[in-house]
Amino acid sequence: MNGRFMLDGQPVMFEEGQTILQAAKAAGHYIPSLCWHPDFPPHGSCKLCIVKVGGRHVSSCALQAKDGMEIESNTPEINGERRALLQMLFVEGNHFCPSCEKSGNCELQAQAYELEMTSARFNYFFPVRPVDASHPDILLDFNRCIFCELCVRASRDIDGKSIFALTNRGIHKHLVVNAESGRLGDTDFSALDRAASICPVGVILPKRVGFAVPIGERIYDEKPISLVSMEKER
Amino acid sequence: MNTSSLETAENRESLRKVVIDPVSRVEGHGKVTLLLDEEGEVREARLHIVEFRGFEVFIQGRPYWEVPVMVQRLCGICPVSHHLAACKALDHVVGAQSLTPTAEKMRRLMHYGQILQSHALHFFHLSSPDLLFGFESEVGKRNIVGVAAAHPEVARQGVLLRKFGQEVIRATAGKRIHGTGAVPGGMNRHLAPDDQRMLKADVAKMIEWSRAAVELVKRLHRADPVLYDAFGTFSSGIMSLVRADGAMDLYHGQLRFRDANGAITLDAVPDQDYHSVIGEQVKPWSYMKFPYLRDLGPDQGWYKVGPLARVQNCDFIPSPFAEAERREFIAHGQGGLIHATLAYHWARMIEMLHAAEVIRDLLDDPDLMDGPLLSTGTHAREGVGIIEAPRGTLIHHYQVGEDDLVSMCNLIVSTTHNNQAMNTAIRAVAQRYLSGHELTEGLLNHIEVAIRAYDPCLSCATHALGQMPLVMELVGPGGETLSRVTRG
Ligand code: SF4
Repeated sequence: MNGRFMLDGQPVMFEEGQTILQAAKAAGHYIPSLCWHPDFPPHGSCKLCIVKVGGRHVSSCALQAKDGMEIESNTPEINGERRALLQMLFVEGNHFCPSCEKSGNCELQAQAYELEMTSARFNYFFPVRPVDASHPDILLDFNRCIFCELCVRASRDIDGKSIFALTNRGIHKHLVVNAESGRLGDTDFSALDRAASICPVGVILPKRVGFAVPIGERIYDEKPISLVSMEKER
Repeated sequence: MNTSSLETAENRESLRKVVIDPVSRVEGHGKVTLLLDEEGEVREARLHIVEFRGFEVFIQGRPYWEVPVMVQRLCGICPVSHHLAACKALDHVVGAQSLTPTAEKMRRLMHYGQILQSHALHFFHLSSPDLLFGFESEVGKRNIVGVAAAHPEVARQGVLLRKFGQEVIRATAGKRIHGTGAVPGGMNRHLAPDDQRMLKADVAKMIEWSRAAVELVKRLHRADPVLYDAFGTFSSGIMSLVRADGAMDLYHGQLRFRDANGAITLDAVPDQDYHSVIGEQVKPWSYMKFPYLRDLGPDQGWYKVGPLARVQNCDFIPSPFAEAERREFIAHGQGGLIHATLAYHWARMIEMLHAAEVIRDLLDDPDLMDGPLLSTGTHAREGVGIIEAPRGTLIHHYQVGEDDLVSMCNLIVSTTHNNQAMNTAIRAVAQRYLSGHELTEGLLNHIEVAIRAYDPCLSCATHALGQMPLVMELVGPGGETLSRVTRG
């Protein structure tokens, strides 16, 4: 059944089966997200896409749109909560954007700009996460992982290899490589795998590229993520 | 004057201690301690610097292509020098035997922009207040604001020279600070036509003002030759890069050493072989190592680097105005090397003039705006990059493993090369001006003036814009504070 809901006071039409996030984006309304990807089922882990429906918080990437819903998204309150989620992601890993080669192409950083995050606010965890450079073509820098599991999903569902997995819980959660040695070089991972190019942050990187594209000329240097993501999915 | 005896005093325990302690900042922290005997005679003088400790370790285990961006964080003052030195070292790792003309010229432009802005900052903001008003002048006026009030045109030109240098950096590196323009094997950008036009419109004025700055320093020397020739003067060898034909080249060259009399003792040492000629000594009282020429050993083999060394080490400067100034400078030495600490400023302004001339010539080159940017070749596991940074020779040395991660990193920064020289300078000043006197802020400032002539990479020395915040304490033999002077 098709229908209509109200998003921040504006009517949005949707088709049967669409989530709030899909319908909103299709109608030209941006809702921030990190772990959501159009090629995969909703994951609901980053919580950046939270909205309020009838006063309750829900993940808009996962909840089916229903006729007559009253939804709040782009409000100071919800954007403040999104900002706090980003701040937690930043302190949980080791993000040193100025020397990170993903800078300017990074969705986490772009969201931080989008949502006007100006400080880290919380204490840094400084987790110890060594890099894995064992693969000839790909570098893994676990310091920047945000646990969106896009690589896990892409490797399992598209590449059919299941090379990545998350292990442990809470603050001990981390990304691991499915090999006895734990090293990417000991798997059949290839730079052509879908999982090799899906990381929204600077964890899975092609080697020896670095700063070949100047900072200042990168995806989100030119346009904010709200515009880029709407154009991409149109 | 024998100053070496002031490195370590006998019966240190019975002496009064003076600590000159600029407030600690992130990038570096310097401290001077003086030990005085009952008569107030200086018995020991040391400059300790807590330098970039741990940075080498930080770099190890990182992918090599990240390093040129990462090392800019070593230093808030000359990030471009570290950026370029790292790239020069890593050019060897990516097998770039030679750079494309575009990449080489863009890097040179960036580097000379850095020289210009750094020399302007140093001279106008940090040193001109001491030089124009006197070392013991009123503290409240001895700063750039004071200069702006008394000599508005000098201050204005200083600010604009620096700004021009920063614009050159922005146009080549992408940003005024912490750009990413250079990459191992070349560059990632051309010069934009708008930037070329904008820089070309101003460069003639920069040359004119740089010439005026050299004149200003010469005037100061002429006005008080005794002070300028004697203050903190001590003889030592010198070292810098020079081009294969003997020309001054601040971006690339071979190492040349001269002894204190000016005779060339080692020449045409390829940058990749620095380690075979330079050793580094560790002393228990300083975190900073003491480099020396291996042939001569640590006691005889230390040397000065920086403008004073470079202007006297080259055979000529390949730009007309600066070359004329170099000749006049050399003539001032009457056949010998000039060792006066304050002559650093004179040499520095000659280099600033040269940088402005180089920038003018480069800006006419069409290669900057067009042409391939990157070279590659067979990858290697090791590389050394040496550049003449504003403060002196800067060495970056890396080894890279099979997995592309840095496995070894050794950096020798200009302040480290000058470690022994700065220590010797403050000993000379302490002996000549402080010994036997009641210590005042003005006398204390003599020590700073000597240190500042070397423009050491203490962030405190620059962020504080001419006023290193200072604490001086006289501590008696029993540890009691006898007197305390603070400033800043
Ligand atoms: S991954 Fe993104 S947020 Fe993290 S350091 Fe790199 S650019 Fe910054």
